Amino acid sequence: MTRHDTLREESVAYGLHINGRDHAVQAGWLGESLLYVLRERLGLPGAKNACEQGECGSCSVLLDGVLVCSCCVLAADAVGSDVRTVEGMGDDGELTDVQQAFLEAGAVQCGFCIPGLIVAVHDLLDRRPDADELSVREAISGNLCRCTGYGRILAAVAAVQRERAGA
Amino acid sequence: MRSGQRRRTTTAAQASATGTTTRERVGGGIGSDAERPDGVPKVQGRFGFSSDAFAEGMLWGRTLRSPHAAARIRSIDTSGAEQLDGVEVVITAADVPGRATFGLEHPDQPVFASDVVRYQGEPVAAVAAVHPEIARRAVEAIAVDYEPLDPLIDAEAAVDADPIHPDGNVVRHIEIVHGTPDEITGSVVVEGTYEIGMQDQAFMGPESGLAIPDGDGGVDLYISTQWLHVDRDQVAACLALEPEQVRLTLSGVGGAFGAREDVSLQVHVCLLALRTGQPVKMVYSREESFFGHVHRHPARMHYRHHADHDGTLVKVEASLWFDGGAYASSSTAVISNACSFAPGPYRVAHAHVRGWAMRTNNPPCGAMRGFGSVQVCMAHEAQMDKLAAALDIDPVELRLSNALRTGDQLITGQRITGVAPVAECIRAAADAPPLDDDRDEPLRFPGGTGRTADRHHVRRGTGVAVGFKNLMYSEGFDDFSTAAVRLEVGADGAPVATVHCAAAEVGQGFVTLAQQIVRTELWAQVVHLHQADTAIGSAGSTSASRQTWMSGGAVQGACDRVRERLLQRVADRRGIDLTGARREVLALRDGEIRHVDDGWSVPLGEALEDGPVEANYEHHHVRTDPFDERGQGDAHVSFVFAAHRAVVDVDPELGLVRVQQLTTGQDVGRALNPRAVIGQIEGGIAQGVGLAVMEEIVLDEGCIANPSFTDYLIPTALDMPVVDATLIEQPEPGAPYGAKGVGEPPTISSTPAVVAAIRDATGLDLRRVPVRPDDIALRRS
Repeated sequence: MTRHDTLREESVAYGLHINGRDHAVQAGWLGESLLYVLRERLGLPGAKNACEQGECGSCSVLLDGVLVCSCCVLAADAVGSDVRTVEGMGDDGELTDVQQAFLEAGAVQCGFCIPGLIVAVHDLLDRRPDADELSVREAISGNLCRCTGYGRILAAVAAVQRERAGA
Repeated sequence: MRSGQRRRTTTAAQASATGTTTRERVGGGIGSDAERPDGVPKVQGRFGFSSDAFAEGMLWGRTLRSPHAAARIRSIDTSGAEQLDGVEVVITAADVPGRATFGLEHPDQPVFASDVVRYQGEPVAAVAAVHPEIARRAVEAIAVDYEPLDPLIDAEAAVDADPIHPDGNVVRHIEIVHGTPDEITGSVVVEGTYEIGMQDQAFMGPESGLAIPDGDGGVDLYISTQWLHVDRDQVAACLALEPEQVRLTLSGVGGAFGAREDVSLQVHVCLLALRTGQPVKMVYSREESFFGHVHRHPARMHYRHHADHDGTLVKVEASLWFDGGAYASSSTAVISNACSFAPGPYRVAHAHVRGWAMRTNNPPCGAMRGFGSVQVCMAHEAQMDKLAAALDIDPVELRLSNALRTGDQLITGQRITGVAPVAECIRAAADAPPLDDDRDEPLRFPGGTGRTADRHHVRRGTGVAVGFKNLMYSEGFDDFSTAAVRLEVGADGAPVATVHCAAAEVGQGFVTLAQQIVRTELWAQVVHLHQADTAIGSAGSTSASRQTWMSGGAVQGACDRVRERLLQRVADRRGIDLTGARREVLALRDGEIRHVDDGWSVPLGEALEDGPVEANYEHHHVRTDPFDERGQGDAHVSFVFAAHRAVVDVDPELGLVRVQQLTTGQDVGRALNPRAVIGQIEGGIAQGVGLAVMEEIVLDEGCIANPSFTDYLIPTALDMPVVDATLIEQPEPGAPYGAKGVGEPPTISSTPAVVAAIRDATGLDLRRVPVRPDDIALRRS
């Protein structure tokens, strides 16, 4: 008897497509969230675990292009979907304009909410490049930050909008 | 297992343990908006937080907690858990090899409850299993037979109640008698009773850590905390190990705000690792986090203010009841601060303040940003507004006319010797430009995107509040920080400095500041930060707004010694006498060692050719005194001040509030990184706004009714007002670079400013925070 027997009957092998690469999950317990599998099985800890009930946005990823909280998605349900995480933002370790703007605006303090915000802001600016400030506030209101009071984050978003509009 | 997993077998914790280095293009000394050295990994999701830690073959730990606020434990049966496949060990109080209790100031809290539980969420047992789901099932399979007791839930009633702990129910009582309060009465007297609910620090990164047994009886712990050494000492005592056998390394900290001062899972996870001989990781869920750390003390405060007709404050009387919950934590220091700063930053010749920190069966309370000043500020500022109304004096003018200045005496008898720009803070906050907004924009209505408010019902109000507190630890505590700095030639021939300091970076930006100091003092542009750990001496806690002063001072002191040794090396090589008056003939400037008189210079890299120059420095602040029996004494090192003006819109029928603008003037001494200071101010204000209108741990007979981010609400980007901050820069004598800590003041007076603004908009008395919709809609004053 192996030590995994407690969960064996509830486990399954499956594959996930993440940031353009295929990943195999062997004997994953069916109750595991996408967040858990990314972080603990696949070595992609960029999505963060802050509330695990879809309230804080720290675990934000794109699932087939739609912004979701990966804590509320069963990993086995993401089979066949295209998953994009913060690790998939930017090419070969290059900073994206949003990441660069967060650094320059002073938007990062403890940084725990930041990966989720980076994903959420990319999603917002891809869909609504000219969102006004209130719309930006509304769009990121699902991403809780306890350190910054959002001021420098909003400044970073505005800086990206100015940069992109001028380009 | 996938290769992705195997790649991390060096552990994320160990990866972050390699420290961080300044990126080449990032620079900036003291006074500049230098960038964070940990910024790039943080925006890329590569920064190793404690919950990201990973080790091959690691187990998952989990805690079993009491469902009762008060109960006797009749029996604990762990056999159901032990029988589950994949469970490696189950531990209870009987397994704790050393001291059975821990505590930040007094070891009064059991590592595991054995005979009684004193609060809901108190740890009773812990397990280690191969999968977190097995650990969860194992904890559920532990059978504990409780005999529930009536919980003691009222701090005032606790004085006369049967003791719920061998140490009694009064954790600390303080009385401050200043002047001759029994003989003085003002011509105008106002009084009130104020209450503050229990606030949670609600940091984003949950309590988490990874313990790895060293195979020789000791343990390495990768942990998020505010003070590595005080954690180490508590873990060692409870595990019956020597301090050297317990090595702590700071793993990425996802915010702290006071909640990581106390031990949470540290002892449990180390004990699980030692018992199994395997690495063990623990990560609290958000719900467990609400049970796993201390909160801000709820308080009930009775105040009476006396003034002359011209508005001169003559006497303040206050009785302060702080509910510390089941265990002492830092209650003794919190109540001390509350009493010291009870009148607010005003001159008052006579005062009688009595404070009690009480033990109850409510959740334990301890440190949170503002530490005792937040509670009393809400009360003393309400009193100042009452006094202004009674005297028919403008509230801002009343505050200005009584504002503390350098040389004034506090009610503890201490004279302020440092800068005290209280009036400047008030003017900056009160005179800031008014809010220029579109009041017809529905998205800005109270209730936000729900758009339920009717524009014609919305009323605008404005309020002003002022607060202050101490910097660093008080009452004779020998507070210090240690730093080591090494300067050498790097691989590319350029000078590289390495800083080793155990100061916990919790988001505030000490890592940035440490690099700024080294760039300014030693002209090394590349600065490597060794990971904070217990291999070096203590840096003290990242709390009390103290790291810039204490650890900043330690880094500066170590740099001074490195520079002296380097100059001596050059002097020795060139036969130059540096004794006595000739001490300053050599100077390090612009990356060169220069002879001041002769004009020649040696590049830094050349001076370092003979090898690295290293130095350690231990920075202590000035000595403070304990209080005497009348609460008098020079107990504090330095003071910091801020004022806030809030503009709110209120829908009185629905009870909805929207905080539209916060303006502030803050005494910062000197802004060493102005952008980081603004970040601290905005973030601190967010927590103050949260306390004013939404944040409360709701208790039902001692049990938490809302332990989740669904039910415990913190401000979102939509809830945050526009912030307009003015930094009042008057260098503080005795402070490294003249800088004061900046983290706490934004959280102190922003709350009462918002409440005052709601009173202004509604005409309600509002004696309790957070102000709830029904307080307004049902006009419950």
